[in-house]
Amino acid sequence: MIDKIAPSIAEALAGVKDGSTVLIGGFGTSGIPGELIDGLIAQGAKDLTVVNNNAGNADYGLAALLKSGRVRKIICSFPRQVDSHVFDDLYRSGKIELELVPQGNLAERMRAAGAGIGAFFCPTSYGTELAKGKETREIDGKQYVLEYPIHGDVALIKAEAGDRWGNLVYRKAARNFGPVMAAAAKHTVASVYEIKQLGELDPEEIVTPGIYVGKIVKIPRVATQAGGFRKAA
Amino acid sequence: MAYQKRTKDQLAARVAQDIHDGAYVNLGIGMPTAVANHIPAGREVILQSENGILGMGPAPAEGQEDYDLINAGKQPVTLLPGGAYFHHADSFAMMRGGHIDICVLGAFQVSARGDLANWSTGEPGAIPAVGGAMDLAIGARQTWVMMDLLTKKGESKVVERCGYPLTGIACVKRIYTELCTLECTPQGLKLVDTVDGLTREELEKLINLPIAA
Repeated sequence: MIDKIAPSIAEALAGVKDGSTVLIGGFGTSGIPGELIDGLIAQGAKDLTVVNNNAGNADYGLAALLKSGRVRKIICSFPRQVDSHVFDDLYRSGKIELELVPQGNLAERMRAAGAGIGAFFCPTSYGTELAKGKETREIDGKQYVLEYPIHGDVALIKAEAGDRWGNLVYRKAARNFGPVMAAAAKHTVASVYEIKQLGELDPEEIVTPGIYVGKIVKIPRVATQAGGFRKAA
Repeated sequence: MAYQKRTKDQLAARVAQDIHDGAYVNLGIGMPTAVANHIPAGREVILQSENGILGMGPAPAEGQEDYDLINAGKQPVTLLPGGAYFHHADSFAMMRGGHIDICVLGAFQVSARGDLANWSTGEPGAIPAVGGAMDLAIGARQTWVMMDLLTKKGESKVVERCGYPLTGIACVKRIYTELCTLECTPQGLKLVDTVDGLTREELEKLINLPIAA
């Protein structure tokens, strides 16, 4: 019998090794799997490469993981936010390596990994600093840059509901990188607020089919926190 | 003759005036966000947000914020009836694939031929961040820039060649500013309009670049 439901976050994350590339879903605080990140901090794997759109908000979640000193490198599109002081300090003191990637390339490089694509030509960043040293090609009169996939050893993503086969649905714009990261990693762990019986999730509406998911863990529902912007006074 | 600058609201309204009924539009963080408040009555425009939203609506009423539903600036928004969510790779495929009619971005500098610099001032020690700017700039069918024409020091932000790091090459079609609307062409700048009382010749002196009539 297939049962991807893990009894605890600790069990779902037990196999994460030092030196892993960890794909972490979320755009700012929307869709960030805070409970799984806390679990990764407790699990203790170090020398990690983390992929996320941003580089943590305030002092919790991803920022806390960075602060723990276990992240060697971060691959992201937009590290600088009003509340990214943990990353800012690490970066300025040379304690973390940054690979800055245009957001669409970040998504597409992971999509390519999940889809078995060896590399792809993309027009984004042609002629800019971020394409420096990369192979380019003119195709039908337009310039492209060669981009390679980003494979994850582990993906940590947040979904709304799942079943024991690992099928997932998401909530609103918290979906963001979840489906792409699920396919791009060898071992995907999803937190869910609800566990459904097989057949309860409408097959027409399942967003991530269970084939891409290793473990799901139920967590208590907590409202997503604000983060990443300056609130009007 | 004296002239009046466009206010921020007038500038947003000027941009909105050129957005056609039925357009799929992405509005960048900052000044462009205000364009949404000025879409002329009777025009239906669908806003895309890079984090996987089509049919994005205005900010929610106080107390109704849902931080799973945010815009590119990470502020809470709403979804209009008919709106849809999708994942990040789809969202950027939508841009690169030429499905977004118009994106409106802020800028540090734009060259006469439409090169855009809006992601980095290249200052040493600054933390770089690019987000979706490079994907949007080259992906949308039309990229428009909305910015002040002059810096606080009075220097033109429309230039012969960008001094700041580039976001994209020859990607900007139009520049909307507090004083004028310009078109970027392979031959250089072309005038669309100026505020009342400002002539094309005066504008050319202000930015020190030729502007075709």
